[in-house]
Amino acid sequence: MTVTRAPAETLSVLDRSNSYIGKTVPRPNLDRLLQGRGQYVSDLELPRMAHVVFLRSPYAHARIVAIDADAARRMSGVIAIVTGRELEAVITPWVGVLSHLKGLKSAPQHAIAVDRACWQGEAVAAIVATSRAAAEDAMEHVVVDYEELETVTDMRTALDPATPVIHSALGDNLAFERTLNAGDVDQALSDSEVVEADFVFGRHTGVTLEPRAVVADWNAAEARLTIYQGTQAPHMVQNIAALHLGLREAQVRVVCKDVGGSFGIKVHIYADEMATYALSKLLRRPIKFVADRVESFNTDIHARDHRCRGRIGVKPDGTITAFEIDDLTGIGPYSMYPRTSAIEANQVVNLVGGPYVTANYRARARVVFQNKNVMCQYRAVGHPIACSVTEGLVDLAAAKIGMDPVEIRRRNLIPDDAYPCASPSGMKFEQLSHHASLAKLLQMMDYDALRAEQAALRARNIHRGIGIASFIEVTNPSAAFYGVGGAKISSQDGVAVRLDAQGSVICQTSITEQGQGSESLTAQIVGSVLGVSMDRVRVTLGDTDNTPYGGGTWASRGAGIGGEAALQAAKALRQNILDVAAAILQSTPAGLDIVNNSIVNAVDGAPRIELNELARIVYFRPDTLPPGVQPELMATRHFVPRQYPFAFTNGVQASWLEVDTETGFVTLLKHWVVEDCGTIINPQLVDEQIRGGVVQGLGAALFEKCIYDERGQLTNANMADYLVPMSGEMPDIEIGHVVSPTQETELGAKGAGEAGTAGAAAAVANAVNDALRPFGATITEIPLTPQVILTALGRI
Amino acid sequence: MSAPVSVSLLVNGEPIDAFVLPRLNLADFLRENLRLTGTHVGCEHGVCGACTVRLDGEIVRSCLMLAVQAQGASVETIEGLSDSGEIADLQAAFRERNALQCGYCTPGMLMTAQDLLKQMPVPDRQAIREHLSGNYCRCTGYQAIVDAVEATAKTRAGRPA
Repeated sequence: MTVTRAPAETLSVLDRSNSYIGKTVPRPNLDRLLQGRGQYVSDLELPRMAHVVFLRSPYAHARIVAIDADAARRMSGVIAIVTGRELEAVITPWVGVLSHLKGLKSAPQHAIAVDRACWQGEAVAAIVATSRAAAEDAMEHVVVDYEELETVTDMRTALDPATPVIHSALGDNLAFERTLNAGDVDQALSDSEVVEADFVFGRHTGVTLEPRAVVADWNAAEARLTIYQGTQAPHMVQNIAALHLGLREAQVRVVCKDVGGSFGIKVHIYADEMATYALSKLLRRPIKFVADRVESFNTDIHARDHRCRGRIGVKPDGTITAFEIDDLTGIGPYSMYPRTSAIEANQVVNLVGGPYVTANYRARARVVFQNKNVMCQYRAVGHPIACSVTEGLVDLAAAKIGMDPVEIRRRNLIPDDAYPCASPSGMKFEQLSHHASLAKLLQMMDYDALRAEQAALRARNIHRGIGIASFIEVTNPSAAFYGVGGAKISSQDGVAVRLDAQGSVICQTSITEQGQGSESLTAQIVGSVLGVSMDRVRVTLGDTDNTPYGGGTWASRGAGIGGEAALQAAKALRQNILDVAAAILQSTPAGLDIVNNSIVNAVDGAPRIELNELARIVYFRPDTLPPGVQPELMATRHFVPRQYPFAFTNGVQASWLEVDTETGFVTLLKHWVVEDCGTIINPQLVDEQIRGGVVQGLGAALFEKCIYDERGQLTNANMADYLVPMSGEMPDIEIGHVVSPTQETELGAKGAGEAGTAGAAAAVANAVNDALRPFGATITEIPLTPQVILTALGRI
Repeated sequence: MSAPVSVSLLVNGEPIDAFVLPRLNLADFLRENLRLTGTHVGCEHGVCGACTVRLDGEIVRSCLMLAVQAQGASVETIEGLSDSGEIADLQAAFRERNALQCGYCTPGMLMTAQDLLKQMPVPDRQAIREHLSGNYCRCTGYQAIVDAVEATAKTRAGRPA
């Protein structure tokens, strides 16, 4: 990793000696996971626990005429078989809309289908038994009489008058539409060379290695529901479960220990999870649901199924005059709850053209219903679409006027000294660094040498390509994301820090851990600010009974929002500790400091009293303190961004690859990323977030696609047929940073979790087109399978 | 589903005698009967590698084997390899390099990496990538894992025999 950073003008609490900020330190508690001692929900067993499996509709759209479970009910181990109608008595349906997405509509969705199934995989009955195997045995004997209904599968015809309307009460299949018109696009295009293309994005999904899992434990004697769930947002789950089960939030506790991958898949409320909560209440015992892999493919949210027509205007000197898009996406039969399925299309409108100065921008996005699995927010929501369309168009424009792809970007990226400024879609940018990032990228990849190598290899009929993609990323979202639309999804986070009786620190945070390093960054910040070594900081997260209230970890918000709350809480505790120390030592708080677990003189660093001794006095001999001194060795602070709705970050990626024009196979040779996420708390963790994100984007670029047939059947719902990136095909990824801290927080951190995914596919697609330029072929579709490439080459 | 049958095997060196349904797979037997939950289940059809264990010295996918097929065999899981200290250096290298995020693939990844390092003392990066290519990790992008395995191989090679 290489970092470019302007020298700080003043020292902050983060620059203290022995600071962990900006240092690579191993994450705490990794040994638990390394030794197979993690506590994933799928590992959990409780007394009297029963297992639920769901009988799922084999049809994409069907009326449920009758369900006969009599034979199944008599089978060994069966506890209950419950239909949607029966479960309605316990849990109410929901509608996934937000008021700030004007016009967004959806239909009531039930925990288990009532009367009608709307996608292949929607649950139509729950079978509860003493073991999962017994439940699956019984499921074979539940007979459902279906009347197959006409399906709506192709998003392109979903709005045609001849197409059936999935939810007749809604009037049509249009869930949401947004238009935007900034500047004068028609005038700009009339004066320019215009290039246009249809960009097609395959529907893909998250494939978390641990499937979704939940254990719901309704204790009737306590009138309290404990939900053990692998979730990114425990307080959101608490709120939703309480709302639909008719409970107060205080009656619901959500516990989230280790989570086997999330990436946005586990930030939603799924119908089968709601059914599991309800079944526990109905049956008054713990119920466990663990999705199998087929269920994961059929019910974990899908994402990115977009078709986007894009146009760009360009002058001969390389000036980009306008962007225009018409985006269409199909989201399945329901808008997902509670975050809705309109956010991705909305983001596409917000983000297209975002890195560039171009003021003329027109956009339309339409979101339609169809009889396929639901779509919703997955890592980098909307960004890969917006980035691929924007960067694909920029490369097409460059080719049109015969300009190098780097040069056209240099001429149009927003200058690094132009901030603060806003995009045509109204996005506010505090401080970005497109040009510094591009310059650094070119240096890292040795762009000119690669171009020379490419030319030399072409002479030998070896076709390599270079693809560049600049991007912006939404991080640290304020209430503008969900709260203003009426969703009870907190945009603030809280951290409580306390000194224990042996001078160690216990820290409770509302952000959550799915492997990103939330625990580590919290401990690093708290340890640095307090002057306590990290091995004395213990972090608790993922428990609504034992953490402050907050949003959790999603949308690249953990470090920027939860980290700032940790910093402010630690500062408050530090002051409280120094107040007590001053009283004990007959000094002043300003005359003292905390360094390496001890109170020292601020001036000369001379040790005065160790923290464990201070804690001993406070907790066990308060009688020896001066009169009137009441120590408070616990402090809590919350934080939410108010100045900017989002802390935008930026970066640029490059791909170097080879296309075999005989077989259509792509070999990824190298990938580079330069990213600016502001203050870097732990360089290693940031880099690994980016690498993992890039590889998820590379999967989308080359392999991943949920293939539906015309009847709405998912034909590759297994890991043998749905391809994911494996180690053999992935390149090494080199990462550099430019550091532009946000001034909105003392910490200065912005998010980094989604940057890799945002631009990887765009870089690869541009590189493939660069490699194929001698053949006159241009591809604007992902995944770039051999079939797609050979078709573009006219070989098949 | 026919009646339970008896099976006797060694698990992490301990003799185990059990009655199991013939259809019970080895992964479920380890997790549910023996509570060895470090062996993870990801795909249940032999693709993801999360359930990798060692059977008589060879790595196998425990989701693709029946428990009764392990009759008379010696099975080693991540708990066994951890407690014996056999892979302590590899685990330390994973920790230093942050070669795991959510940790769900990690036990299987460690099993597979140790298998490679026993077969090939100093594999190059491509050989490491090839050998691990049956173990799916969604979090890391693999580079950190390759780095950790490579570093362990070099350290072991430099250690006197």
